[in-house]
Amino acid sequence: MLRREFLGVIEACLGAALLLPFRAIAAAWNKAAFEAIKLEDAAKNLAINGENLSKDIEIIAPDKAENGAIVQLEVLSLIPNTEAIAIFVEKNPTALIGNFMFANGALPQIVTRIKMAETSDIKIIVKTGEQYFTASKNVVVLENGCG
Amino acid sequence: MQANMKMRAKLKGDITEVKVIISHPMETGRKKDDFGQLIAAHFIQIVTATLNEKPVLEMQWGTGVSKNPYLTFYLKGAKVGDKISITWHDNLGETASGEIAVVQA
Repeated sequence: MLRREFLGVIEACLGAALLLPFRAIAAAWNKAAFEAIKLEDAAKNLAINGENLSKDIEIIAPDKAENGAIVQLEVLSLIPNTEAIAIFVEKNPTALIGNFMFANGALPQIVTRIKMAETSDIKIIVKTGEQYFTASKNVVVLENGCG
Repeated sequence: MQANMKMRAKLKGDITEVKVIISHPMETGRKKDDFGQLIAAHFIQIVTATLNEKPVLEMQWGTGVSKNPYLTFYLKGAKVGDKISITWHDNLGETASGEIAVVQA
């Protein structure tokens, strides 16, 4: 192999290696789940195949939201070995809001702000190993937050 | 690009509370501008939080997270001076990171 060719190969490999982290991340975003309109389809695309009601999931959100563009939401799982918390709004144009995966000492508790198009249940699904648990809270929305 | 992110990490007892606000439009792609034209979707898809470079929270977001996303999360085992960093990637390939040290509350 000519030296120039050899360098070309090295360059191509380096380039691919440098691009890899971002590509790996981009590929990891669950497009099918986030673009699903129905909650059941979004859940299916997160590999959730049935969940049990649980009283060990706390959802703190207002009973009534003046403005659906910003609804503050706190979720806390008291279920041992919680690995992930997924947030859904049943009546939004796409139901899945986000999926939060915990590791290395992160507690299964988050506070965030979400959009709600209309009055709807907020549904939380908690993942522990191969099992899934759920809880819901209804929020009355006075002004559409999706515009 | 630290300017587009505000972070705070406070140790209370043995729990560190981390608060983050990211400046980002979080456009759904369903909203119209004043001329009736659809505004293109522009939203954060992946957010990663690390403690001393070890991942602690990996998030995937859709268009339903509010504009200028706000997040609080909690870590066990972090110490004063430990580094917490956040990196996000959006659907247009933009990315930014921020870093902060844990302080005593």
